[in-house]
Amino acid sequence: MAVGIWQRLDQAGRNSVPFSTTVAAMLVGMMPLQLPDYSFVAPPLTLMAIYYWAIYRPDLLKPYMAFGIGVLQDLLGGSPLGMSALVYVLAYWLVLTQRRYFLGNSFWFLWLGFALVAVGAGAVQWVAYSLMTAHLVAPGNVVAQALLAIVLFPLPAWCFSKLHRSLLS
Amino acid sequence: MRALLQRFSFLLMVLAAIGLMMMTRVDPVFIDAARARVTDAFAPILGFIARPAGAVASVLESGRQLTALYAENQRLREDNERLRQWQQTALRLEAENNSLRGLLAYKPDPAASYITARVIADPGGAFVRTLVVMAGQRDGVRRGQAAMAGQGVIGRVVQVGEWSSRILLVTDLNARIPVVLETTRQRAMLSGDNSDQPRLMYIPRGVEPTVGERVFTSGHGGLFPAGLPVGIVAATHDGETRVTPIVDLSRIEYVQLVDFGIPGGLAAEAAQPGAMQ
Repeated sequence: MAVGIWQRLDQAGRNSVPFSTTVAAMLVGMMPLQLPDYSFVAPPLTLMAIYYWAIYRPDLLKPYMAFGIGVLQDLLGGSPLGMSALVYVLAYWLVLTQRRYFLGNSFWFLWLGFALVAVGAGAVQWVAYSLMTAHLVAPGNVVAQALLAIVLFPLPAWCFSKLHRSLLS
Repeated sequence: MRALLQRFSFLLMVLAAIGLMMMTRVDPVFIDAARARVTDAFAPILGFIARPAGAVASVLESGRQLTALYAENQRLREDNERLRQWQQTALRLEAENNSLRGLLAYKPDPAASYITARVIADPGGAFVRTLVVMAGQRDGVRRGQAAMAGQGVIGRVVQVGEWSSRILLVTDLNARIPVVLETTRQRAMLSGDNSDQPRLMYIPRGVEPTVGERVFTSGHGGLFPAGLPVGIVAATHDGETRVTPIVDLSRIEYVQLVDFGIPGGLAAEAAQPGAMQ
C-alpha cells in the first residue's frame, strides 16, 4: 500500500478537472441570462475549454471526450446532432497538429491560435448547418459570435489556467 | 505508427459526427427520444445554475427600473385610466356576445388549461432558437402545444421529456406559424429565419400589410388555436414584411404552455421540415 486509496482518489479527481471544467463550461454557456440579443452571440465557452485543455493537457482531455461533449451539447442544446461534435474534433485535431507553436510561447500566441480556431469553428458550423437545412443561413450571427468569442477569450482562459496551476501542476 | 493510428481515430470521429448528422434525417424519432432523455437527465443541474443567473438578471433589471421610476409611474397611471374604460367596454361586449351566442346555439372552443414552467436553459448559439423549460409529460405537457409568455405566443413545444421540454421559438429557422393580419384578415405564414424578426410569407400581390398592425394565429393547420397575438408588423419593403414578436424573446423567465384540447397531432407533425424536429 505505497499509494493509499485517498491519494489515488485525489489524483483521479485532479485528473478529471479538464473534462469536468469543459462540461461545466458547456452547462454555464446554456444559462438563460436574459440579456437582450445575447444568446445568439453567446461565446462558445465549450470551445474555449477544449482549446485550452487540448493544448496544455491533451493526455487528460482525450479527443473522444471532445467528441462526446460535442454530442452531449447537441442533444442538450437542440442543434443538429453531430454538428458540435464535428467542430470540436476538428478543432482538437488542428490544435494537436499545431500544438508546439502555441505551447510555451507568450499568451498572444495562445490568443491568436484561439482566434484561428474560433473563426474556423464558425465557418465549419455555418457550412454544415447550411448544407443540413438546404438554406443559406445569414452569416451575421456566426461572425458576431466568433468576434465576441475572440474578444472574451482571455477571461475564461485565465480561469482555466488558474485551475490548471492550482490543481494539476 | 502511433501518429497513423491517431490520424485514423480522428478521421473515424469526423465520419461518426457526419454519420450522426445524417441519422437525424433518417430516424428523427429516435434522436428526439434521445434528446428528451438527455435533457431530462441534465434538467436538475440546468435548473440549479439558472437560479443565480435569474437573480443577476433581476438585479440588473431593478437597477434599470429605478432610473425610470417616476416616468413609469406616470405612464402606468394613464394606462390604468385607459384600461378601466376598456374594461367597461369589454364587459359590455362579453354580455352582448353571450346573449348572441345563446341565440345562435354556438359551440365554443374547448376551454384552455395552462401549465406554467420556468425557463432553465437558453442554449443559444447562432443557429437555433430554443428554450428548455422545467415541465414535462408528467405535468401534462404534450408535443405541439403553444407556448406563451405574458400576452403573446413565443413558440411551440417540440420535444417532451418526463420533467423537461423544449420550445422552438417563433424566430427559429424551422418555425412556421399560420397567422392572420388584423385589419385585412389576410392569411399568411409567419416564418422564422434566425433573425430577431420573422418574415411574413405567402401574402398575395396587392395586399399591403400596414406597419403597426397586429398579427394573430389563424388556427389553420390545427397547430395553434385562432386569435392568439404573435407580433406586430415592423417594416415592409420590396415585398418582404417583417414582424416583431410581441414578447421580448430574450427575456423570458416563465412560459405558459397552453393546452387547448385540439387534436392537432398529425398536422403538427407534417408542418415541420428541417433539422430540429
